[in-house]
Amino acid sequence: MSALNPASHGGLSKPALPFSPVTPLIFAALIASYFLFPNHLALATQILVLMIFALSYDLLQGHAGIVSLGHAVFLGLGAYGSAILARWGFTDPLLGLAAGASISALVALVLSPIVVRGSDFTRLLVTLGVASLIHEAANRMRDLTGGADGLADFEVAPLLGLFAFDFEGRTAFLYALTVFALVYAALWRVTTSPFGLALRGIRENSRRMPAIGSPVARHLAVSYLLSGAIAGVGGALLAQTSRFASLDMLGFERSAEIVMVVTLGGTGHIAGVSIGAAAFGLVKDALSTVSPRYWQLGLGVVLMASVFLARGGIGGLIERFGRFGRRA
Amino acid sequence: MLLEIESLVAGYGDAVVIEDVGFHLDEGEGLAVLGRNGVGKTTLILALMGHARVTAGAIRWRGEEIRSRDASGRAALGIGWVPQERDIFASLTVEENLLVARRPGQFGLVEAYAMFPRLRERRRNHGDNLSGGEQQMLAIARALMTNPRLLALDEPFEGLAPVIVEELEHSIRRLRQEFGFGIIIVEQHAEDALRLSDRAIVLDRGRIVRAGAADDLLADFEAVRSLISV
Repeated sequence: MSALNPASHGGLSKPALPFSPVTPLIFAALIASYFLFPNHLALATQILVLMIFALSYDLLQGHAGIVSLGHAVFLGLGAYGSAILARWGFTDPLLGLAAGASISALVALVLSPIVVRGSDFTRLLVTLGVASLIHEAANRMRDLTGGADGLADFEVAPLLGLFAFDFEGRTAFLYALTVFALVYAALWRVTTSPFGLALRGIRENSRRMPAIGSPVARHLAVSYLLSGAIAGVGGALLAQTSRFASLDMLGFERSAEIVMVVTLGGTGHIAGVSIGAAAFGLVKDALSTVSPRYWQLGLGVVLMASVFLARGGIGGLIERFGRFGRRA
Repeated sequence: MLLEIESLVAGYGDAVVIEDVGFHLDEGEGLAVLGRNGVGKTTLILALMGHARVTAGAIRWRGEEIRSRDASGRAALGIGWVPQERDIFASLTVEENLLVARRPGQFGLVEAYAMFPRLRERRRNHGDNLSGGEQQMLAIARALMTNPRLLALDEPFEGLAPVIVEELEHSIRRLRQEFGFGIIIVEQHAEDALRLSDRAIVLDRGRIVRAGAADDLLADFEAVRSLISV
């Protein structure tokens, strides 16, 4: 029997805070936006969807270290899944969310064996190739997806049978906010669990992890599946709140955009990525209002400036402020 | 018998580094692997852990052939490994480095901190914010968190100050006494390795050139030195 008595060594270190100290501020700002900007709830809802999509990709790149140029496939599949289900008469929004998550998770499950193996470069090529295939398939399946015109002829039933989706977008915003809060909490739980630690270990040294008994391929496959499912939830939410599903939701531009968003937010930092997605959505909207033609130029400048001025993205800034605050 | 290696031939690609190597270990037994640089000591550990190409021979764990198992499968069986490079996860804290390896068993976080109190003091430090000695302690503690029955230590004292080496030796002795772990220790400091082991093998050009009880090799250390000195 061990001579080491656990009781004689006191308790273990206190667990880390359940959430980043910035988390309450994020939710306070989101709730405040509901009251302060009642005429911009549609934009706020789109930003919430972007935040969910960014968190889903951050699980993949920021935690598991899997880079992808095809993550929008899952957003698009979630959107089409929900929209097609609604066209078939299943208009319950929660059912649509579940369908979006399930379809995306299923496709992620099928793709995971080819995506989780190989180097970053092969993953980039494979995800890009798969995204192109699915985009083209969706384009060809016009009867199902509406082709280049997209799908708009579907209804969404009142949430929980009680709250109809109103013209001002109040229900849509509160619905998206609730889903975002659940995704945020779930991801926080996952990334701080032993599984989340294993993902970070794999990202840092995938050769070392098997030697401590960690099944690397299985962990990566699970993270890919989870990430796909969450992106599918975002896609379903996008389709339900905008009453539209289109090819651009699973296109390359969306995939590239989310890589930029997560980089801006700071990979691996849930609060930072959430703020980064919100900032990206707001800047994009502001720039496109100021200059409908050249807004992408402005966005490029903002992104480049963020790389040089905020190493580690917004999450890095939060960490540095946190360390400074603790020292002060 | 815990581990049995028989007529092992291993290397990298087409290059053969160790040839016809064989030994066995019983539960709780310690084996020192000695030899000059480049004679195949690390390759032997890598072959055991599934990271080097084995072209012939057998590796049996409690009688079961494990060559077809991957590295995580071997770790799950109870073979722990502390690599020469330590491979501490820099972005994880000390505590997270330990928890990421945790598997059910008698050795947990409390035991790790009791064995290496310095890790407890540094538990919130990130892996890249530790001294060499602390990193080595963490590497050993992390391997122990998998609750192995055999711990393979590859050059655990390399580059460490004598006082840290003494501390680590003391910890390894305690581990063996209190938890009954078997060890395979690859070490340039041959006398230290022999004092921690029950038996030893000396490798030269990938083959065993001497084997015996650690005490016997210590008693005849001049002869051993001639085999391991450059």
